[in-house]
Amino acid sequence: MSALPREPKPRVAVITFPGSNDDGDAMLALAGLGAEPVPVWHAERELPDVQAVVLPGGFSYGDYLRAGALARLAPVMESVQALAADGGLVLGICNGFQILCEAGLLPGALRANHSLTFVCRDVEVRIERADTPFTRRCRQGQRLRIPVKHGEGCFFADPELLAELEASSRVVLRYEGESPNGSVAGIAGIANPEGNVMGLMPHPEHAVDPLVGSTDGAFILGSLVDAARESLAEPATV
Amino acid sequence: MLVRPKPGILDPQGEAVLGSLRQLGFAVDDARVGRVVDLELGNGDREHVQAELERMCKQLLANPLIESYEIELVGEE
Repeated sequence: MSALPREPKPRVAVITFPGSNDDGDAMLALAGLGAEPVPVWHAERELPDVQAVVLPGGFSYGDYLRAGALARLAPVMESVQALAADGGLVLGICNGFQILCEAGLLPGALRANHSLTFVCRDVEVRIERADTPFTRRCRQGQRLRIPVKHGEGCFFADPELLAELEASSRVVLRYEGESPNGSVAGIAGIANPEGNVMGLMPHPEHAVDPLVGSTDGAFILGSLVDAARESLAEPATV
Repeated sequence: MLVRPKPGILDPQGEAVLGSLRQLGFAVDDARVGRVVDLELGNGDREHVQAELERMCKQLLANPLIESYEIELVGEE
């Protein structure tokens, strides 16, 4: 992160739900990568003027019922849905991914890890798509070392949905080697058909500082910042 | 409402319970773990209540992709 941030700074909302706990790291990482992170409380109805939204990790509503099931009903989610429908960038990390699935912004579901244990370690993921707004700093096939920390990260898609995801190349990230949670087809992250909404279980925001071992997370969050900056430069569509 | 993992969907919780029951010496072939949601509703037309409960299951209480649900009305009228 030695390069000077380019201007102008895109504004990226980071939403805090009751029980979110990676919102702080997400904001730090985004700021370090040249964005202006904007904290947004889940009870807000309107999003501030932002170019992208990050739903951070954590345990919103204590993971009650199903992880993400209650958070998707938070007042702010209507605005997130509207932004996504409008082509705005939305990234869900871990619990954020679970919320996007429950909200129907992404297909599939995240279930208890096959091991039934909470997994917290670095994993290697492979970039399957380097042409999304969230991976444009990456190379196709590139391996990233990024930590996971979740109890319910097993991505489930029935055979039909899986075939559709694969046929339309919507798997963006795949675990290299054995998946840490039993995900179908080793899926670690997927995007919507339009490519402006992505969810992933690994935590790029925890891997942007050499102090903690890897800076590979910057490939993903830096891509998001670049794409958000670009959309800032585009004239607003009416 | 009884919400359960759909047949064919791997249920790690059920597997863990199965293993523990066997460890205790019980002859168990399979175990699935679901959840029960008890709701109290004011008196209403039975059909209407049933329809409302269906909608609750579909919209929130169950994830239709991975879970099935059963509804039982008790103590009506």
